[in-house]
Amino acid sequence: MSEWLPPLMLATSLAPAIATFFLSQDNHGWRNRLNLGGALLKVGLVVFMLVEVAGGTLHETRFDLVPGVSLLLRVDALSLLFLTLSAFLWLLTTVYAIAYFDRKPDLSRFFGFFSLCVFATTGIALSGSLLTFFFFYELLTLSTWPLVVHKQNAASMRAGLSYLLYSLPASVALLLAILWLESWTGPVEFAGPTDFASMDAATQRWLFVLFAAGLGVKAAIVPLHGWLPAAMAAPAPVSALLHAVAVVKAGAFGFVRLIHDVFGIERVTELGLGLALAVLASVTILYGSIQALRQSGIKRRLAYSTVSQVSYIILGTALASPLGLIGGLAHLVHQGLMKITLFFCAGIYDERAGIHEIADLNGVGARMPWTSVCFSLGALGMIGLPPMAGFVTKIYLGLGAMESGTPWVLAVLAGSTLLNAAYFLPLLYRIWFAEPSDGDRPGERPLGIVVPAVISGLGAIAAGLLAGADFSPLGWATLIVERHYLP
Amino acid sequence: MRLPVTVLVLTLTLPLLGAIVSVAAPRRAEVLVRTATLIMVGLAVALTAHVALSGPVVIAIGQWMPPLGIELMADGPAVLFLLVNALVMAAVMLFSLKPHGQIGSDNRLVYTFRPLLLLLWGALNAIFVSRDLFNLYVGLELASLAAVALVGIERKRDSLNAALRYLLFALTGSLFYLLGVVLIYAAHGTLDIGLLTGQLGTYPTDALAIGAMTVGLAAKAALFPFHVWLPPAHAGAPAPASAVLSALVPKTSFYITLRLWFEAAPGAAGEIAVNVIGSLGALAVIYGSVMALRQPRLKLLIAYSTVAQIGYLFIIFPLALGAAAEASESVADAAWNGTLFQALSHALAKAAMFLCAGLILEAAGHDRIDRLAGLVQVLPMTLFAFGLAAITLMGLPPSGGFMAKYLLVSASLEGGVPVWGLVVLSGGLLTTAYLYRPMAAAFRRSDPASAAVFQPVERWRQALPLGLAIASLALGILPGAPYGLMGGMP
Repeated sequence: MSEWLPPLMLATSLAPAIATFFLSQDNHGWRNRLNLGGALLKVGLVVFMLVEVAGGTLHETRFDLVPGVSLLLRVDALSLLFLTLSAFLWLLTTVYAIAYFDRKPDLSRFFGFFSLCVFATTGIALSGSLLTFFFFYELLTLSTWPLVVHKQNAASMRAGLSYLLYSLPASVALLLAILWLESWTGPVEFAGPTDFASMDAATQRWLFVLFAAGLGVKAAIVPLHGWLPAAMAAPAPVSALLHAVAVVKAGAFGFVRLIHDVFGIERVTELGLGLALAVLASVTILYGSIQALRQSGIKRRLAYSTVSQVSYIILGTALASPLGLIGGLAHLVHQGLMKITLFFCAGIYDERAGIHEIADLNGVGARMPWTSVCFSLGALGMIGLPPMAGFVTKIYLGLGAMESGTPWVLAVLAGSTLLNAAYFLPLLYRIWFAEPSDGDRPGERPLGIVVPAVISGLGAIAAGLLAGADFSPLGWATLIVERHYLP
Repeated sequence: MRLPVTVLVLTLTLPLLGAIVSVAAPRRAEVLVRTATLIMVGLAVALTAHVALSGPVVIAIGQWMPPLGIELMADGPAVLFLLVNALVMAAVMLFSLKPHGQIGSDNRLVYTFRPLLLLLWGALNAIFVSRDLFNLYVGLELASLAAVALVGIERKRDSLNAALRYLLFALTGSLFYLLGVVLIYAAHGTLDIGLLTGQLGTYPTDALAIGAMTVGLAAKAALFPFHVWLPPAHAGAPAPASAVLSALVPKTSFYITLRLWFEAAPGAAGEIAVNVIGSLGALAVIYGSVMALRQPRLKLLIAYSTVAQIGYLFIIFPLALGAAAEASESVADAAWNGTLFQALSHALAKAAMFLCAGLILEAAGHDRIDRLAGLVQVLPMTLFAFGLAAITLMGLPPSGGFMAKYLLVSASLEGGVPVWGLVVLSGGLLTTAYLYRPMAAAFRRSDPASAAVFQPVERWRQALPLGLAIASLALGILPGAPYGLMGGMP
């Protein structure tokens, strides 16, 4: 049974992807059934696995490509953290996307690549070795491009080009780094730090830099973040996927694996790389926030906010502190819940009311209360207001900073919180308190686009309120750290 | 043991018979071609399965063993090439069965195209199983002549010029090769590769012989700087012909080069020689890619891509025969297997790509990249196939091209000569750059004012390149079986 579980998990997205490509454009019924069915099945499997892994079971599947080169799928607690996030949010995004696109053209192509994207993300989560990780990481790049250019207009084509211009050199750097490392050590699997004994410190640093360059693009670390704001040209469900579930998270998740399962946090700290990465993440956090402040478009402001917020995960991972790591890992889920809520809502504003500039938000709260409440929840969470999920993250990151003896990180967190407030509060003010500009009253229909936003918004509160529970993101992050990374 | 031998003999004779019959009875050609094609694919699959399970099939013609007789041997690499040859040829053959298409519109073309293709098929098969340098020469000549005829088949001015230039290069190449054959025969009294093993290098003329043969083969394989004939020839031929020409024909010359250097003369490689050949390969990768990036027409772009992709193949020389390989056997093995993966997956993907270009040409009436906007709405399956083939050529997972890249880069890093790996990696980036242009162009939505009008194309013909592209991916998804047949450094 356990041998089949990881491939089955992959199949729940791959099979709908392939089948969807062969459906005709107007076969809406089957397309929806396939994609929703796959998403539901996956959630079911994930819940089953959560229970199993919490009980200490490990699932592993090895697939030999050629002698000495194998793909390894492994379900450990860390894989499940990412997998659970992507499975639940995929289900929500699928519901949202079905309602959002309704009867628009090219949907077989869209949902095909959409499922393929989730297939790749699942693969990344399940990867048990560097090569497997690279395999799915590349597949993610490829399957995202058709989604980014989905509208096929000049802006989205530019966005697609920019995405590839950043991603493909990064993937070459990543492949080079992997092969370089493996030419010293043999195949690298994520089972505790690799033995670097035969390599001198300078080489190790270069290798790390190469890895970081490869992962940094997807994780949108400054200065490798340029593709992310450009990718706003994609439809709203894609933005949700890029920002909350798949792409940026794949990068951040890669950093966790790199630091803890390839190099090991002790080595990273010894080489001075932890500090360097923490500084880089801090710069990204502040820079992203300042840029967000300067945007007038809602989605562009959210995009820069992503640049900033994803680096919390990197920061937490780079601090040589269990509490910081817990905060970073929990934020992987927290940021996903909050950001997907914000993007769902931005998509509703755009689709139902034609609002894409911040200035046009005036008074929309009265006209679109559900959406606006959800948007506000997401925004307050991002600022870090208790009891929202973002607050929990910031507390743990702060504690982690003290633990690792880098108190300046507290200043970064404080500064970032102020900036978060500075760029989110004006939106909330406009939504709720500004005089509405005259205009008709757009409804919040269909339900299919509002319900996912409500659910993810509630999730963002629950993750904060119930942070102490065992199966909360924080609880699970604590489990991961206790189980794997504490001596 | 009789049956596999019969299958091997049929593999060699059936295409030639088919060629003769389809010249003699052109009216029945359609049914005949279909049947022969299917049988040939079946034979290739059966032979591959047999070799995979129970080892090479050897025929000594007339029961005479070398040096008196001539030996044919279908070993692992040979059957892999036979199989890929069969898949590509079958797809091209079925592709050209269209009654009102590019090839089919002119009866004269139909009647010449099929016999030539069958002739080429037989010649290539003969090359893959020959163990005798003169036999290889005969196969090579036959293949070259059929290929030249295919280039000029439409009798347009440009393509005739291209065919003439190709003929010149092919004949010069053959002469150089033949010179080498003569020198070797004079010195050793045999041309059998098995008997020559370990013998070459004992006579002073041997170096000259191997040099001359390599130059001749490199010219036929279009290795930089002998590539100048290839882009006009491959872009000028009808698309299904280009598919075969780009995917398979240069590979045969490379294949013979491999047999010559790795089996006949394994110890004869000098460090300088292998580095020179590798450098030419590297230059081909860079130069071919940059030229492809600058082409306004799709078919020319794909043709220049062939120049670049063939460059990768020659990087095997410094990797598997240079100083790096002496350090470790696994480095040489990785280089050998990686190169074979590159050759096979490029064959499948490039054929798919040229067939896609043919469909695009039929749908649009031209192949200018800047005027393809909106094509994805009309030919989604073709564009999908093009994209999959592109993944192989870029060397991204999961594809045969990725296996190739992985093994080659591993070999270069493990062997301590990272420069070759870096060439392979940057070649991948350049490939992405030049293949992105047509993909993006076709994806762009055309503005309604100047909406280009595209003709629809039958779905089953779109499925042919898709099949080839999927096969090239399958090489990377299930690489174990072909890997087993490649067998590592001979």
